[in-house]
Amino acid sequence: MVQYETHEYDVLVIGAGGAGLRAAIEASAAGVSVGLVCKSLLGKAHTVMAEGGVAAALANVDERDGWRVHFADTMRGGQYLNNWRMAELHAKEAPDRVRELEAWGALFDRTQDGRILQRNFGGHQYPRLAHVGDRTGLEMIRVLQDHGIHQGVDVHMECTVISLLKDDGRVVGAFSYEREKGRFKIFSAKAVVLATGGVGKAFKITSNSWEYTGDGHSLAYHAGAELIDMEFVQFHPTGMVWPPSVRGILVTEGVRGEGGVLTNSEGQRFMFDHIPDLYQNQTSDDPEEGWRYTQGDRDARRPPELLTRDHVARCIVREVQEGRGSPHGGVFLDISWISEKISNAEEHIRRKLPSMYHQFMQLADIDITKEPMEVGPTTHYIMGGIRVDADSQMTSVPGLFAGGECGAGLHGANRLGGNSLSDLLVFGKRAGEYAAQFAKENSAGKVNEAEIETVASEALKPFDNADGENPFQIQYDLQDMMQDLVGIARSDEGLNEARAEVHKLGERANQAGVGGNREYNPGWHTALDLEHMLTISEAIALAALERRASIGAHSRDDYPEKEEPGAGKYNTVVRKNADGEMEVSRELIPELREDLQAVIEEMG
Amino acid sequence: MATATFRIWRGDANEGKFVDYDTEVSEGMVVLDAVHKIQAEQANDLAVRWNCKAGKCGSCSAEVNGNPKLMCMTRLNDIPLDAPVTVEPMHAFPLIKDLVTDVSWNFEVKKKIKPFNPRPPDAEDGTWRMAQADIDRVQEFRKCIECYLCQDVCHVLREHDLHDKFIGPRFFVYAAALEMHPLDTENRLEELKDTDGIGYCNITKCCTKVCPEHITITDNAIIPLKERVVDQFYDPIKKLFRIFRPQK
Repeated sequence: MVQYETHEYDVLVIGAGGAGLRAAIEASAAGVSVGLVCKSLLGKAHTVMAEGGVAAALANVDERDGWRVHFADTMRGGQYLNNWRMAELHAKEAPDRVRELEAWGALFDRTQDGRILQRNFGGHQYPRLAHVGDRTGLEMIRVLQDHGIHQGVDVHMECTVISLLKDDGRVVGAFSYEREKGRFKIFSAKAVVLATGGVGKAFKITSNSWEYTGDGHSLAYHAGAELIDMEFVQFHPTGMVWPPSVRGILVTEGVRGEGGVLTNSEGQRFMFDHIPDLYQNQTSDDPEEGWRYTQGDRDARRPPELLTRDHVARCIVREVQEGRGSPHGGVFLDISWISEKISNAEEHIRRKLPSMYHQFMQLADIDITKEPMEVGPTTHYIMGGIRVDADSQMTSVPGLFAGGECGAGLHGANRLGGNSLSDLLVFGKRAGEYAAQFAKENSAGKVNEAEIETVASEALKPFDNADGENPFQIQYDLQDMMQDLVGIARSDEGLNEARAEVHKLGERANQAGVGGNREYNPGWHTALDLEHMLTISEAIALAALERRASIGAHSRDDYPEKEEPGAGKYNTVVRKNADGEMEVSRELIPELREDLQAVIEEMG
Repeated sequence: MATATFRIWRGDANEGKFVDYDTEVSEGMVVLDAVHKIQAEQANDLAVRWNCKAGKCGSCSAEVNGNPKLMCMTRLNDIPLDAPVTVEPMHAFPLIKDLVTDVSWNFEVKKKIKPFNPRPPDAEDGTWRMAQADIDRVQEFRKCIECYLCQDVCHVLREHDLHDKFIGPRFFVYAAALEMHPLDTENRLEELKDTDGIGYCNITKCCTKVCPEHITITDNAIIPLKERVVDQFYDPIKKLFRIFRPQK
């Protein structure tokens, strides 16, 4: 008989980044009891690493901005594969969500007249990102955390959910272990919100931490929910490339927003070489106009460095492949050049980009006020994820909600920088609100003892196999494989090979073994993460096979065209079939509502 | 590739010892990389906290060769590798296992500090106006990543174990950020004097020295708070004033 402790809540929120905290605050405000589970300590989740800012059409810096422009920008950036209802809600509600943070104590950088300052970012037509230097994520998570701890939310830190519990087709709880002693905790809940973030740890080069193992995606999939557009994995164009130990760490887009330029080994600003059709009218013709844009000239158009992330990443890969890369396989990102333009450049850079200055100085011995950085693409974010209802954030499984990065729809084929922080506020709040409502309208379900026994014995299996394979090695091999076969450039051949490799790695994962005991044992934790990582890796490969086109963040060497002839605009949908196998299908995206279509046409 | 020895504390609350691990090191590595390499190759159950690996989350605090550090920001080429590099958990908190300590006390302390309470909005649309110059000093405090290295090094906690009488540098910074927030209307000085024990701080500035975010904890947070406490409770003229005009 397995030992465990039980906790009961109306709403259980899994994940305590921005989306999870915001959901917990909202659910609690609705008067229901709330439990919040997180894999790390409170305040350490991935939101803390977000740098550039939160996108919201406050129109503090440019009064021409508004929800309609933000909506159109988001749809354009997503290649019109977005869930347009989510894009509408997001653009309309983001300003209130940002102002609300100020009421809870956030201190964003200010305009001259004392309002929230906004900065330029890729794909946003006007200065739109509320920010705090280049540590916006820290400010946001701290405000949500410091506000949240006074809202009566029960927090379970360093606790990892490994399975959702179901009863009669509905989610009724979750099975977890706490790290300190390795004991099992069972949560019984009327509604569950997944806010677990992304999947970056499935790749070798990533800006994501150990936590990003696709838990929410995998939990939802195994509970019967659908995953959409999993092929859309964002490779952020600027990650560090040298030294090797910091490869993949993020270099904020804010560097380019402040005037930083990308050059190749021949000193050329190669981003001017190719401007996508969708952005011809919005991009500057020459470097001088681009500079004026970054300095707030309202008549200037954005420099090509601030095109969308998918495009910038592809251009960098092209430069490297064609032999014009930097010494360590990236390209150069230079902000120091602005000393030609402004007198106090060094001080200005340190004030606007303090953590970038610090990061390069300390980790790479590079003074970014004096010399260029070397950068290259890094796995950063997944646009695809758990399919949810746009308004309520409920999945196809009753009682199961998802918000933030693990929920999908808002970003389409490519996310604009700054739209993730606004996403997690807008849809974190909605998930919490509707989860609370669901909890009020439904009684508690019944947690099945037999299911708990099965999950527990499965979880403890690696200890019976102390001579089994090292789980870290299996994780490394998976990361290498995904990087090579499911990275920026994809093909039928590589993706089929990837699926076969996932199955082989799955067999190895079944034989993984760990030594030591259950107390704070990272080997065991890694072994348990593997199942989630393998599930989402297979889903990404399968969805990537299904989309036979190159659009947004998804690039196929064998299908370079943007659309498959006659296929229309569709989502890929991954689900578990009746035999327990993973299958993929396409579903056409509903036609845009007339008034929203008019907005897009009006914005050109 | 060169090899270096890492002398890592292994054990739990009951017992433990240093264990030497030899591992290969390469250009640009930080201490956390070496610990991870050892964990992956030689000691799968070696417990260590980490998240961002970029000095932004404050998870991987430890003592490297006796110095409180973020392991992810401590470069191997900045420490001598001809002798073993000792890596041990923070001393000011109870040990859970290996390099992981029980820092839950910090979360309890924060909960007891009066939360932010803003004045009514300045504008009709529910927003406020604040000049950048008025928030600069608070933004310095808000750089804190809650690594608790300042708590670890503070002798009031580390040597005198006054966790029940003294909230430590981290929470003076937190209280200062609230007290100096242009919109906040609460007064936390009485608690700072009585339950938070600000008087125990004798300004040795150890906290400031170890802060990875370079927050000038003592000069900009603790001393101004001490001055405010003195102004409110110990100023002789104000005291007289209070005797003749008692406050409610």
